[in-house]
Amino acid sequence: MLVSEAVSRRAEREAGRSRWKAAARFILSEYLVLALCVLYTLVMIPFVPEIATVEVWQNILSDMMPLLIVCLGQTIVLIIAGIDLSVTAIISLASVVGASIMTQSDGYLSGPLAAPAAMAAMLLVGAGIGLLNGLSITRLNMPAFMVTLATTTFFGGSAIWYTTFHSTTTSIYDLPDMFISIGDWDIAGIPIAVVIAVAAALIVHGVLAYTILGRWLYAVGKNPRTAYVSGVPVRTTIMSAFILSGMLAALASIVYTARLQTGTPILGERILLDVIGAVVIGGTSLFGGKGKVIWTVFGVLFLVLIDTTLKLLGASLFVIYVIKGSVILAAALLDTLRTRYLGVR
Amino acid sequence: MHTTQRSSHPLLSVDGITKSFFGVRVLHGVSFELWPGEALGLVGENGSGKSTSMNILGGVHQPDGGRMSIAGLLYAPQSPREAGRAGIAFIHQELNLFPNLSIEENLFITDFPKRGGVPFIDRGWVRRRARELLAEVDLDLPPTRLVGNLAQGERQLVEIAKALHADAKVLILDEPTTSLTRREVERLFAIVNRLKSRGVGIIFISHALEDVMHVCERVTVLRDGAVVGTDLRERLSLPAIISMMVGRSIDAIFPERDTKPREEVALRVRNLTQRGVANDVSFDIRAGEVVGLSGLMGSGRSELARLIFGLDPMESGTIEVAGTRLMRPSPKASMAAGLAFLTEDRRNEGLLMDASIVDNIGLTFLKRFKAGPGLINGKALNTTAGELARMVHLSTDRVQDTLAKHLSGGNQQKVVIAKWLLRRPKVFILDEPTRGIDVGAKQEVYRIINRLVEEGGAVFLISSEIEEVMGLSDRILTINKGEITGSFERSRFDREAILAAAMAPVGPKREATA
Repeated sequence: MLVSEAVSRRAEREAGRSRWKAAARFILSEYLVLALCVLYTLVMIPFVPEIATVEVWQNILSDMMPLLIVCLGQTIVLIIAGIDLSVTAIISLASVVGASIMTQSDGYLSGPLAAPAAMAAMLLVGAGIGLLNGLSITRLNMPAFMVTLATTTFFGGSAIWYTTFHSTTTSIYDLPDMFISIGDWDIAGIPIAVVIAVAAALIVHGVLAYTILGRWLYAVGKNPRTAYVSGVPVRTTIMSAFILSGMLAALASIVYTARLQTGTPILGERILLDVIGAVVIGGTSLFGGKGKVIWTVFGVLFLVLIDTTLKLLGASLFVIYVIKGSVILAAALLDTLRTRYLGVR
Repeated sequence: MHTTQRSSHPLLSVDGITKSFFGVRVLHGVSFELWPGEALGLVGENGSGKSTSMNILGGVHQPDGGRMSIAGLLYAPQSPREAGRAGIAFIHQELNLFPNLSIEENLFITDFPKRGGVPFIDRGWVRRRARELLAEVDLDLPPTRLVGNLAQGERQLVEIAKALHADAKVLILDEPTTSLTRREVERLFAIVNRLKSRGVGIIFISHALEDVMHVCERVTVLRDGAVVGTDLRERLSLPAIISMMVGRSIDAIFPERDTKPREEVALRVRNLTQRGVANDVSFDIRAGEVVGLSGLMGSGRSELARLIFGLDPMESGTIEVAGTRLMRPSPKASMAAGLAFLTEDRRNEGLLMDASIVDNIGLTFLKRFKAGPGLINGKALNTTAGELARMVHLSTDRVQDTLAKHLSGGNQQKVVIAKWLLRRPKVFILDEPTRGIDVGAKQEVYRIINRLVEEGGAVFLISSEIEEVMGLSDRILTINKGEITGSFERSRFDREAILAAAMAPVGPKREATA
């Protein structure tokens, strides 16, 4: 009778499995995070009625933009199974370097070219640090985590040090109007920051989905050995990922700095958790090989939404951190479950 | 009936086991018996139900119907743990050891003996027991040696010792000889025989039919989830087993090819040297020619191939592909010159297991689908990948949404072949192209090789199966310790002579230390 008992036990298990399958399909859906955003908003309306107003959503949108730009770069790096902790230092250093060039109180440049030159310099800072990260990882075979931990510490410190040569306070003020306008101007009602972020998102999406480099990025993330044996330029691909991440962080720095109207070396300090958290919440895997721009957009939206509603509720900063931490942990757990039990991209 | 059969009950009896997955029946009543002290060979193509049967025996899956018994008592394990307690030990192809722990730690990992109730390990007892167990499997190594430092064959013996410690009555060996050297195989057989004489029953699962015939008293052939037949070794022959496995008689395992090598040299290797890997290796492969490389495990077969393809650095020597010299060897440069390389490590170097068939096939030549600056024409890639998949007779045509890891071993290998065919290589280096794939898939691989050669391609074939090298090659080179020790034209193929050449002493004498 043992076998027949086993059979009935199995039938129960099978029934459980089909329920589990339906749940799995929902968890795997690309739009899971978007669905959660909508659900969360609806649930919050009775507690935070302001969430249903246009003003709040404009705020959410403008809070999202610089974060989204950084997250785009982080998405690329996570796809190659790397991680870039240096983005915060890049944001800070680019901010003060750019400000020191264009500030109207004793900047390196003045006149109409000051702002464009400063922005170019900021992007160069990002590309340079990205290049350094990439070289250390590909040529010296160091793990991305250690390399970018080192660069973020080094350049984070450098940014503060650099500020002391250009300002008696902790920030560099008096930025030209032309630059500041990035923070408050709009084109036909759409803020320039939004235009920049959307353009960056579309470009990164294009690179990932429609280019040879995109295919290489995913291949290297899935298995660098196989990629190498198949003739993929693995080192170049890894370098590209870190340089792109650095430049996108610098682009975000332009938006942050313009909005703050000051160059400050502590600009990026708090956002590292948000950057990696948002990308992972979106569904990009920390194990590499999978990730999409649209996922990251939803991830950023979700994180900013939580942030905004909790602030509106009057929650204290540490409560916000506790809740964000839990959400990110849940997202990382989900990533593991997806990878282990469902084995689907 | 044979002599070891003394008891009235079989050691293990499997009777009419059925099993379905997601409504698809994979086992249609599998029955066989195992008597104490015998080795039963279990053979069949991939997908014939061997693994499922063994997983049921090992408690991983539970059967839908049928019954099993051990020494006459009903046996229905609900977990691998229960199976272990009932005396069934399963030695998997991919061994279950911790490389970062020592032999003795691995042996007792599940039940470290404690000293009188306190949670400290009785190291002295562990050491003594480990020595005993290692002696039983003829492994003369200190129990403190890290498993990570052991050869594959030695690790397998540690696994067997572990099973002995658990007092296993039935030992299931899954593809135990695939990654062993010949000497290690001999040692394994000696231990299997010793276990038999102690009354242990052995189930020996393998694609290497010669090994099965060598060590097993009886052979059971599975096909499509059912037993086709069980018979004594004396009454079976290799061709008979193969035709039982595939369900049709096979006139020749190796398909006919009547092309002759052409004049032009496709691959010219001169004085290739890398200390400890290759020593002054020179040879040519002509267009339309298959050159086989035969050597023992550790002879430098694969290493030579990797050197030529530019995966590993070389100290000196030249490599020319169709008259063009490779200046700075790297996979990229080799591929540009017309080389392709099927690696022996399909899982870790051949495929992106988590990627689709299309993504795997396209990887070698994405630039072929270039559409504008850096852009890729995904549609053209999908179409071409689909064509290649059909060309190699892949089991599925859903090339965009089937992941490589969901394919069987044979089909995975076809994907690897397809991804290299995409480049239309002039020289295709195949390192163990049929390892771990079933007879049917093997034949398909052979046919693809023949077609490649008929179209003027050159093939450099590396295989540990000497029959395969002899069946496909126009010429055979033998290698030992990184040196070419012999060259045989097809008309002079002779198994003994080739083996002798592969074992011929080379260069300055080195002491062979075990």
